[in-house]
Amino acid sequence: MNDTLAKTEKRTAYILTLPAVFLVFAIVLFPIFANVWISFKEVELKDIRIPEPRAKKIVKSISGETTKIKILYKLRNSSLLQEIRDVTFQDKYPKNFQPKDLDKRCEFKKNKLNCKFGNWPAKYRENFEVIFETKDGSNVSKKEIKSIKPKLKGKSDNILLNTKFTLKNFKKVLFENEFIDLLLTTFYYTFFGTVGSIVFGILTAQMVNQKFFGRTFMRSVLLFPYVAPVVALAYTWELLLDPNSGTLNSLLINYQIIETPINLLGQKYIAVNILGFDFKLRLALTTVIIFEIWRYFPLAFLFILARLQAIPKELYEAADVDGASPFQKFFKITLPQITAVISILFMIRFIWNFNKFEDVFLLTGGASGTRTLPINVYQQGFAISDIGTGSAVSIVIVILLLLFMFFYFKLLGKRVDEN
Amino acid sequence: MKTKNIIIFSIISSFFLVSLISIWKILVTLQGIKLENFNFQIIFLLGFLVSLAHVIIGNKLNYILKLIIFSLIFIFIDGYLIQSMPIWYNIGVFLILYFFINKIKKFNNKILEEEHSTQIIIFDFLTLFGIVLFSFVILFPFYMMVVTSFKTQIALLVNPLDFSINFAQGFKDLFKSYFVIFKSYKFGKYILTSTIVSLGTVFITLVFAIPAAYAIARLNFFGKTFLSTSILIIYMFPAIVLVIPLYTVFSQLGLRNSIEGLLIVYTATTLPVAIYMLQGYFKSIPKELEEAAILDKLSWFGIITKIIIPLSIPAISSVALYVFMIAWNEFLFSLMFLDNPNSFTLSRAIQYLSGDAETPRQYLMAGSVIVTLPVLFIFVYFEKYLVSGLTAGSVKG
Repeated sequence: MNDTLAKTEKRTAYILTLPAVFLVFAIVLFPIFANVWISFKEVELKDIRIPEPRAKKIVKSISGETTKIKILYKLRNSSLLQEIRDVTFQDKYPKNFQPKDLDKRCEFKKNKLNCKFGNWPAKYRENFEVIFETKDGSNVSKKEIKSIKPKLKGKSDNILLNTKFTLKNFKKVLFENEFIDLLLTTFYYTFFGTVGSIVFGILTAQMVNQKFFGRTFMRSVLLFPYVAPVVALAYTWELLLDPNSGTLNSLLINYQIIETPINLLGQKYIAVNILGFDFKLRLALTTVIIFEIWRYFPLAFLFILARLQAIPKELYEAADVDGASPFQKFFKITLPQITAVISILFMIRFIWNFNKFEDVFLLTGGASGTRTLPINVYQQGFAISDIGTGSAVSIVIVILLLLFMFFYFKLLGKRVDEN
Repeated sequence: MKTKNIIIFSIISSFFLVSLISIWKILVTLQGIKLENFNFQIIFLLGFLVSLAHVIIGNKLNYILKLIIFSLIFIFIDGYLIQSMPIWYNIGVFLILYFFINKIKKFNNKILEEEHSTQIIIFDFLTLFGIVLFSFVILFPFYMMVVTSFKTQIALLVNPLDFSINFAQGFKDLFKSYFVIFKSYKFGKYILTSTIVSLGTVFITLVFAIPAAYAIARLNFFGKTFLSTSILIIYMFPAIVLVIPLYTVFSQLGLRNSIEGLLIVYTATTLPVAIYMLQGYFKSIPKELEEAAILDKLSWFGIITKIIIPLSIPAISSVALYVFMIAWNEFLFSLMFLDNPNSFTLSRAIQYLSGDAETPRQYLMAGSVIVTLPVLFIFVYFEKYLVSGLTAGSVKG
């Protein structure tokens, strides 16, 4: 009895989970493997479309003969690159129709015209004509003929499914495209974005953890950048930072802080002098990182605030009795309590920032030194329309992520062991 | 010790005052009023003197009287420095001073003598400063978004700092950008598409996620732990990596430029979070209820619809809101899959609009306001549900 119960339980569980699992696997896991496949192929955007046989039907009346009609089919192969094999054609006509001088490739049966056109090479075109006359001598209605569309079928190779492989894509990614620069940019963007958002998260969480008027309101306001659509935010920032008529530059010029506008999103380097040392700052990249921090510190804030609120009050009361200062309380009590959250946040944010595409794409489109790896996937795959190389970049991203996770957990595991 | 504390207190508090006044001045400048100097030094000095006087006078003077005298002196000097300001500017300064003096009220002789008082002062003012500064930095872009949508291209070219809204011009002129984007840019259609896609995603995700979450929370089966951990791992996986294969497959299946295609992808990418959040909640429902139901020979379908769903309405609605927000805000896939303006979502439409350099920016901002408002409204209105969900699942972003 118990055995059958366990069996039904199992069966029910599979029925319940299968739809979700299937969908997620199809849309999330399958593409990851498909990426590996595509990255070893030489594929371009235009190769993806499967070649189709097409026909455009034109009905022409023959002058003086109302019982006859000429139908012209403009046949073509939609692909400029691939041939289509065994093309078949079918079209339907009104019942009283009869063909005259039918093409050898075709036969007429039960108001239907069936043709076998054989193989069409790439770019193939043909004007195929049929003349019909009515059996009973009645007039032809053009409309009725036009409303029916011919059906064409053919076989063609799917370029994605053949077994030709190449290492070209990876060579291109790793050696041609300033790969080191790309990696460094991605790393700067990810690392400083992550650290910045965590630092501001700690600051704001510490702030909101105190009691003051309008605290709940403040908490929602702090989350605004995180929940608002990225498109709206990016364009607003772009407007604010615009060098020609942007608000920020206008303000700075108005207060005589700067003389000429700064193109914060379009200038790669800016010379900065700190303590007598001149160095070049990656300006556009810095701006993009600031946007990233602005947009994502709320997540850190929320996590850390939740943790802060869970710290037992007795700890602080005891510290007060011992006469600890606010800074001592922060560094000796608060900080150790939130290190676990911070390390989780660091991992989550690092991974997500590493893959962030929208923010940079909308702000700069990857120009002026802000090209990160995800932007490169888009540029290779869709701007240059080299799908194979784009896939290869995706693979590089996945490998780097796995490496990061591996080292992260190894380090974390060690620290847990020590404790 | 005490004098040192009083001086530190005065310096820090006047820093705070300077920042408050500066933010006010920026906002005033953006109303198109000519204001070219912050007068940092003088405001700082004034703030310093006010704080100092406040501590020295202490309780010898009535609090209200003190407040009025300080504010008036301050306004008088400030008004003398930058003349020809509208009266509401001075009222604003008065309110800031009122707020400021209210804040420094608690710092009297007694507190300044206590141990660690320097650190307490720094901590308190840093918090205050942080609250003011962060509110400003966060709300400012949103404010600019709204105000820009009410201006015209010409007005902004004449004075790029004049964002004052002229309410006298009548409803039609004021909302002109909004009328234009609905009429000439078909924003009504995009809103409809976005709504259908978002609500559709919510519905399908829940239909798939509730049974799966129930199975993971309650039933024993082979591969359960594998499933629940892989949910989390899949959740971490980057969307950008999925783009190319999905693009190729969707092209060949003819799913690009279709709502169905978006629905499939959005559902698949939100399912892991939804399952994760729901199974956590389902585990907290007492098991006895279901045991009774099993004795009553209720099928799993009955258990889910008659017991689990009614009991977890709060969790389900928080997941629903959440998925709605993700789908509404989504941009990457809508950029990749939609290139026919007839099937655009709001986000994609705004991006398309911005691609045309001729598009006046107030239209762009009006579009941004339209896409942002529903999300912020949902967020503020249902904040309680959402915040707990955010920490439990954390929206991918």
